[in-house]
Amino acid sequence: MARIIVVTSGKGGVGKTTSSAAIGLGLALKGHKVVLIDFDIGLRNLDLIMGCERRVVYDFVNVINGEATLNQALIKDKRVSSLSILPASQTRDKDALNKENVGKVLAELGESYDFIVCDSPAGIEAGAMMALYYADEAVVTTNPEVSSVRDSDRILGMLASRSRRAELGLEPIKEHLLLTRYSPKRVEEGEMLSVEDVEDILSIPLLGVIPESQAVLKASNAGEPVILDTESDAGQAYQDVIERLLGETVDFRFLQAEKKGIFSRLFGG
Amino acid sequence: MALLDYFLRKKGKQVTTASKAKERLQIIVAHERNSRNKQPDYLPQLTEDILKVLRKYIKVSDESFSINLDKKEGDLNVLELNIELHDEHKTS
Repeated sequence: MARIIVVTSGKGGVGKTTSSAAIGLGLALKGHKVVLIDFDIGLRNLDLIMGCERRVVYDFVNVINGEATLNQALIKDKRVSSLSILPASQTRDKDALNKENVGKVLAELGESYDFIVCDSPAGIEAGAMMALYYADEAVVTTNPEVSSVRDSDRILGMLASRSRRAELGLEPIKEHLLLTRYSPKRVEEGEMLSVEDVEDILSIPLLGVIPESQAVLKASNAGEPVILDTESDAGQAYQDVIERLLGETVDFRFLQAEKKGIFSRLFGG
Repeated sequence: MALLDYFLRKKGKQVTTASKAKERLQIIVAHERNSRNKQPDYLPQLTEDILKVLRKYIKVSDESFSINLDKKEGDLNVLELNIELHDEHKTS
């Protein structure tokens, strides 16, 4: 049985696609068979972040409509052979997806993959509901900022009431908090909610803290998920996320601002 | 002037914007959680009253009556009443 993980947030622009790409690739690098699905019908972007935008021939909606087989639509990652990407369609309307046909596709994928990572669209409309409906686990991507935290809480409500697990009265979706764009320096200065603050408010277990990092933009510019940038703080923080998803206990890093030298402390700069 | 700033900051321990943010979030999140988890306070009394009115006209047993407040998409709430009518009541 594949583990179905939805990467969700409510709010847009918090790092869902960046995180989906990093998590998908990171799990595949560990030798697992992974498929990454873009649920953002009409606004696909996972292909760009993964660097496979030129190789899209068929998409998720083509598969749903029977115009292509899954094998025709899946794009094999060039870096890691155990990773495939199922792109969203760019043109079709988002009502193409429903519980029944999405369930069929996931069941078919579940036969040959260990992990199915669903990159959710922003919002709480049909597309986002479809992305979370079949999930076993949810990575709730949150920025340390008021609107993102509030929207994450809305999504937690949806996970608890609108998912398949909720409807069937099964064990609830396992929730993980992924705090992204974290700036320890601003936290120390009292300008940004701290990890503890966000944990207090949302009260779900912490999966990872990704520091605000220039590496993320560079990675998306190049179409190379940031987890491949093993030198960068963000890349390393995503590595830790993968370890934790696989059941390891790893200390949290990048929570403290870099210590300034005594001179810059005294004289500014 | 970093040195000066440092002492000034320590002295006047002002409320940071982050702690304001946390406080505001705790309040609004608690409020929103309540409204999505809890049936409203007036529901038991409303049920009583509706039953009272119904019983002026028809026989309704407690089992043949149900009331449910459902949250739908967005801000839409639906109050759903289910009343089972038996044949004898139809004419009365």
